[in-house]
Amino acid sequence: MSKKNYKLEARNLNAYYGTFHALKDINIAMEEKAVTAFIGPSGCGKSTFLRTLNRMNDYIDGFKVEGDILLDGRDIYARDVRVDELRKEVGMVFQKPNPFPKTVFENVVYGLKIQGIKDKKVLNEVAETSLRKTALWDEVKDKLDKSALALSGGQQQRLCIARALAISPSVILMDEPTSALDPISTAKIEELLYELKEDYTIVIVTHNMQQAGRVSDQTAFFYMGELIEFSKTKTMFTSPKHERTQNYITGRFG
Amino acid sequence: MRVQEKIIEGVLWLSAVITILVTIGIIWVLLSESLTFFKEVSIVDFLTDTQWTPLFADKHFGILPLVAGTMLTTAIAIAVALPIGLTIAIYLNTYAPAGFRATIKPMLEILATIPTVVYGFFALTVVTPFLQSFIPNLAGFNSLSAGLVMGIMIIPMISSLSEDAISAVPKSLREGAYGMGATKFQTAFGVLVPAASSGILVSVILAISRAVGETMLVAIAAGQQPRLTANPLVPIETITTYIVQVSLGDVPHGSLEYRTIFAAGITLFVFTFVLNNISFWIRKKYQEKYD
Repeated sequence: MSKKNYKLEARNLNAYYGTFHALKDINIAMEEKAVTAFIGPSGCGKSTFLRTLNRMNDYIDGFKVEGDILLDGRDIYARDVRVDELRKEVGMVFQKPNPFPKTVFENVVYGLKIQGIKDKKVLNEVAETSLRKTALWDEVKDKLDKSALALSGGQQQRLCIARALAISPSVILMDEPTSALDPISTAKIEELLYELKEDYTIVIVTHNMQQAGRVSDQTAFFYMGELIEFSKTKTMFTSPKHERTQNYITGRFG
Repeated sequence: MRVQEKIIEGVLWLSAVITILVTIGIIWVLLSESLTFFKEVSIVDFLTDTQWTPLFADKHFGILPLVAGTMLTTAIAIAVALPIGLTIAIYLNTYAPAGFRATIKPMLEILATIPTVVYGFFALTVVTPFLQSFIPNLAGFNSLSAGLVMGIMIIPMISSLSEDAISAVPKSLREGAYGMGATKFQTAFGVLVPAASSGILVSVILAISRAVGETMLVAIAAGQQPRLTANPLVPIETITTYIVQVSLGDVPHGSLEYRTIFAAGITLFVFTFVLNNISFWIRKKYQEKYD
């Protein structure tokens, strides 16, 4: 059914926290190897939706999903899908940098180690490639055995991205990845996104309209649990179809 | 109004001061009585002699057998309580549904409210006979069943404090691990337990401190024979049991035999004091790691 270049699709997706209807009839199809940004005011459901894409909400008591989410045409909420396998395919970077209280090296290779990969050569290789991809290698190559918590906030966040890349997912979800960072670190990560979309499908939630405009190819605007508008970023920022979208992106509310 | 405030302040001040004075008093009595004791018995003998027979004609004052007895029961107790307590903590924290956790945690803590004399009786009359059915040479009084039951007794201490420590690990770390495709098991043992290790260590140290000071259970079930041994099948005597034995016996007040309990008491005090301080230090040093 789904066209080949759609990496992720949601069909008639509804989500509830207990009785609260958090996502209402979401239909969206995201292209492969592109950056999709989710924008909208706080509580609009953009983060909830992002977290349904790798089933991170499974652990929340009373959370319920109806409808389908398709990854490469396969329903990720199907019975035979193992969440841990799914998350190796759909990596995630969080709002606050959350490196494990381990060394820099152990952080990068964590995903491989839990898959049972012990070969020192493989681990070293993957660690270097992942750290190079996030432009962190030169900064930390002499600190690989130091605690990751000793790095700066921006470095920690790039380490978390490297950690996600190390298990070679095809999709990377980012939940406001720069909201806790200074402008320079933010710029570095945005630059990084530009390179990463060569190889990965990226979905990013952001509060920062300029950021959505700078980094994304498509943008989805959420409001009160509904997907109001979804189009090419350029189109949305120059000629939004809905008044709500226009009001939001011009800063009239939010 | 001002007078009332003053009175309240005074009462509060007084209760704090009384507590401190009582503590100082206890330490003072322990110290002065044991100083008198150590005037007659050399501290070197006390720490190195391998026999403790102050009530016999051939008197020896080596604390080692009592220390060994205490350590043996404590070690057995921790060997039981640590794996079970930690497993319970991880289960409650990571696997159990929230509602189940809310019911089961207080229920576990009920274990801690059972009087220790009941545990002692249970060890002596239930556990020992049961163990004897497949360990024929197990004595009626032994450190094995006392230690096992003491382990069960301190499980809630370890499970409850460890669960608190694991809960205190920031949610972001847990999600970070899940987000990398870690299973619950891998998340619990690879990320949460190491991150909560200082809190878990504190719970273990407090449990050790509790086991070292435990009296009634070992007095009832472990025997009253000071013996320098690591064999859990024979009767032993712990420091606490000895103090009970002498306090309740017909040893004349003020005699050297009587003073042995202060020497034993101060040994016990040093143990628990050091343990509690280590746990306090660990908590202080590591608790702000994620703030």
